[in-house]
Amino acid sequence: MIWLNVIIQGILLGGFYALFACGLSLMFGVLKVINLAHGDMAVVAAYVAVFLTPHLHIPELWSFLVVVPIFGVIGYIGQRTLIQKSIDRDPFTTLLVTFGLSVVIENLLLEAYTANGQTVTIGTLITKSWHPTSIIYISYLSLMVLAVAVGVLALLQLFLSRTGTGRLIRAVADDREAAQLSGANYRHIFGIAAAIACATVALAGIAYGMMTQFEPTSGGVNLLFAFEAVVIGGIGSLWGTLVGGIALGVAQQFGAHFNPQYQVLAGNVLFLLVLAVRPQGLFGKRTALA
Amino acid sequence: MSQSIEGALDRHGLITVRRSTHSPIYTLVGAVILVVLLSAAPWMVPAQVASTLMNFFILVIMATMWNLLAGYAGMVSIGQQAFVGLGAYATLYLALKGMNPFVTVPFAALSCAVLAYPVTYLLFRLRGGYFSIATWVVADTAMLIIGTIAVLGGGTGRLMPGLQNLSPSETAHYSYLATWIVALVVVVGTYYLLRSRLGLVLASIRDNEVAARSAGANVRSARRIVFIIAAAGCGAAGAVLAISQPFIQPTNEFNLQWAAEMLFVSMIGGLGTIEGPIVGSIIFFVLQQTLQQEGAWYLIIFGTFATVIALWQPQGLWGAFRDRFHTELLPVGHWVDRTDGSVKVPKN
Amino acid sequence: MSDTQLEVRGLTVHHGQLRAIDDVSFSLAHGEVLAMIGANGAGKSTLLRTLAGLHQPTSGTIEFAGVDIAPLRPHRRVDLGISLVPEGRRLFSSMTLEENLQVGAFHANKGPFNIQRVYELFDWMPDRRKQHVWQLSGGEQQAVAIGRALVANPKVLLLDELSLGLAPIIIERIYSLVPEIVSHGVSILIVEQDVAQGVAVADRVHCLLEGKTSLTGVPADLTSDQIDRAYFGADLAHVAPPSEVGG
Repeated sequence: MIWLNVIIQGILLGGFYALFACGLSLMFGVLKVINLAHGDMAVVAAYVAVFLTPHLHIPELWSFLVVVPIFGVIGYIGQRTLIQKSIDRDPFTTLLVTFGLSVVIENLLLEAYTANGQTVTIGTLITKSWHPTSIIYISYLSLMVLAVAVGVLALLQLFLSRTGTGRLIRAVADDREAAQLSGANYRHIFGIAAAIACATVALAGIAYGMMTQFEPTSGGVNLLFAFEAVVIGGIGSLWGTLVGGIALGVAQQFGAHFNPQYQVLAGNVLFLLVLAVRPQGLFGKRTALA
Repeated sequence: MSQSIEGALDRHGLITVRRSTHSPIYTLVGAVILVVLLSAAPWMVPAQVASTLMNFFILVIMATMWNLLAGYAGMVSIGQQAFVGLGAYATLYLALKGMNPFVTVPFAALSCAVLAYPVTYLLFRLRGGYFSIATWVVADTAMLIIGTIAVLGGGTGRLMPGLQNLSPSETAHYSYLATWIVALVVVVGTYYLLRSRLGLVLASIRDNEVAARSAGANVRSARRIVFIIAAAGCGAAGAVLAISQPFIQPTNEFNLQWAAEMLFVSMIGGLGTIEGPIVGSIIFFVLQQTLQQEGAWYLIIFGTFATVIALWQPQGLWGAFRDRFHTELLPVGHWVDRTDGSVKVPKN
Repeated sequence: MSDTQLEVRGLTVHHGQLRAIDDVSFSLAHGEVLAMIGANGAGKSTLLRTLAGLHQPTSGTIEFAGVDIAPLRPHRRVDLGISLVPEGRRLFSSMTLEENLQVGAFHANKGPFNIQRVYELFDWMPDRRKQHVWQLSGGEQQAVAIGRALVANPKVLLLDELSLGLAPIIIERIYSLVPEIVSHGVSILIVEQDVAQGVAVADRVHCLLEGKTSLTGVPADLTSDQIDRAYFGADLAHVAPPSEVGG
C-alpha cells in the first residue's frame, strides 16, 4: 500500500511535469528550437500572478485567465523578433540567445523581488485532499493540475489534427519549405506555435507557484525536469511527454521514499538510463538523435 | 599535416597556402615580458589585485575550454560546471588522503578526463539543444551524487586540508602561481592543439561537416577528444578554484553560473579565436569590478550584451577587430593567397 | 503582350560563389506549356525554386501579371498564383493523403480546383484519403504533390522533375493530365531531364546548359540533333568557361 501511494504521488507529479514539458516539446517539434529560458518564463508567469493579480482584484487562483493570454502575446512577439532573428542565423545562436535570456531573466527577478520564496495563494484548496485509505492521500490541487495537463494535451492534439491552422503547424514541422510552397507564412506559424507554447508555460508556472514555493532561480531545475520528461517519453510525441512526465514523477517519488536527497537524483538516473538503453525514448522518433 | 596541404594546393598553381603567422620577434618579446610580469605580480601588486587576477585566470581557463568546445567543435555545453565541480572535489579528496593540494591539480584534471570519456557515449546520442540540456543533467547528477558523500562534506561542504600550515601570504602566492601556470598551460596548449592535425580536422568540420566526413575526418572521435580535453581543463580550473577558495561546497563548485560566465565571455570576446575568451574575460572583470556594489546587475548587463553580440556580431569583439585590422596575436589558421597576391582569404 | 503571364528578364542566381543561373530570359503566356530541359546541374531546379521564391536572384526581374515579384516571400507568391511541385515531392510525412491536400487548400485562391476536383482527376484517391502518405507508392505520392499544388488554384504551375524515380507507364499517366490542367487557363513550366517527355507535352522548349540559355524554340522546328547539342553542349565550349571560383 505504501508503494501504491508512491506511484500515485508520482503520477500526480508527472502530470505537472507533462504540463511543463508540452511547450518545450512543441517548440522543438515545430521550430526546432530548444528554449533554454523555458523554465524561467514559467517562473516569470508565477511572479506576474503573485504581483499583478492583486491590482486586478481577482483571486490568485484565477490569475491564469489574465496571465495566460498575456504570455501568448509575449510568445508571438518574442518569436517574431528575437527568436526568429536567431533562427535566421543558425540553431547554435538560438541556444546562446535563449541561455542568455535565461540568465538575464533570473537575475532581473533577483533584483526586483529578492531571493525570497513566493507562492501563489489559493486559500484552503492547498490543504484539501482525498483519503481513500489511511495511507493514500490525493491532493485536490495535484489532481487538478494533472487534469489540466491532460486537458491541455488533448486540446493541443485536437487543435493540431482538426483545424486548418493546426495542420499548417504540423506541415511546417514536417517540411518548412514545402509548407511555404503551400502558402504558409512559416514565420507567422512559428509565432502561433510559440504563442501556444508560452501560454502553456504560463499555466505550468502558475500551477507550480500554487504547489510549492518558488524563487528567481527555480526555472532552471524545472527546465531540467521538463526536458527529462520529453526525452524519456520520446522526442516529438505529445502523449509520450505525458508518459515521460509520469515516469519521471514516479522515479522521483521512489527515490524520495528512500531518502529525500535521492528524489531528483532518481529522476536523473532514469533519464540517463533511458538515454543509454533506448535513446529515442518510449514513444519517440529518432529525429533529435545524433 | 599542414605541410602536405600546402603542397597539394600548390600543385594547381592557382593559389598558395601558408601558415598564418606574424613577426615572431615582437610576439616573443611581448610574451616574455607578459609572462615575467604576471609571474611576479603577487609580489608587486596588492593582495586584493592578485586575488582578482587569480579569479580572472580561472575564468580564462574555463572560457578557453568552452570556446574549444563550442567555437571549434560546435558543442554548446551548459554543463561544464560538472567538471569544475569534479575537479574541485578530486582535489579535496586527494588532499584528504594527504596529498599536497598544489600537487593534486594535474591529477584532478586527469580524473575529469577519465570521467568524461564514458559520459561522451551518453551525451553524443543527442544533438543540438538536447545535447546542451543533457550536459546540464550530467552536471546536476554529479552535484547530487557528490552531495551524498559524507566524507567530502555532503551537501554542507568541507574545508580543504593541507593549506593551514602555510602562512596566509604563502597560500596567496602559491595559489596565484598555480592558477597562473594552469591558465598559461591551457591557453598555450590550446594554441598548439589548434595548430595540430586535430585543429585542422575541427576547422574542416566547422566549415562543412558533411564534406569533412566524406574527406575522411572522423568527426565523432575529434569531438570526443575535444570534450575530454575540455573536461580536463575545467577540472584543472576547479582544482585551482578549490585551492583559492578553500571551502568546498557542491552548490558553489557545481554552480550553473560557471557555465553562464564561460559562455558569455567566449561569445563577447569571439568564438573560434584563441584571443576571444581572454578579451571577453577582461571585459567581464572590468564590468564586475565596476558594478560590484550593484548586486546582480553585472550579470544582467553582461548577459544582455552577450545576447546582442550573438545576434548582431556573432564573431565577437575580437573577431570584429581581427576582420577589420587583419591582426592575430595567436594565429592558428591558414592564409590562402591568389598567385597575383591581391586577395587574402583567411581559412581558419 | 497582355497575354503574358510570367516574364523573366536577365535572371542571374548564385549558389554561394557558383553562378547557377546566368542571365536567363523567357516568358510564359496564358495556358502555355514551356519545357525547361537540360542536363543534371544545368540550373533547372534552381530556376524553378527562384520563381517560387525559395532562392533570391542576384539580378534580373520576375514579372507576374505585370508586377515584379522578386522581393516577395514564397507564400505571397502562392497567394498571387504561382505554385511549385517540388523535386522529390516533399509531402508532409506525418499526415494523411487528405490532410496534405487540406494544407494545400488552406490558402487557396478561387478557381476551378478543389479537393473534390482532385479526387475526380485521380479516381483512386477517395478510397485511400485516410492513408498516411508514406503508405503510397512513388507515383501516387507524385499525384498527391500535384494535387496539393492544384488545389491552391495557381495561374502558373511549376513542375520539377515529375518523372524522377517513376516507371514510364506512371510518368505517361501523370503527363496525360497536362492538357486538362491547361484547359483551365493555367500556364505550366515543366522541368525535365527526360527530354522526350518534356518535348512531347510542351508548346515551347527552353534548353539550359550550365546556367545559360543554349536553345529555345517550338518542338516541331527543332531537330533532335539541335536539342542534343544544346543539352550536352557539344559545340558550345566557347560560351561555357568553367564557373569562377573564388574572388
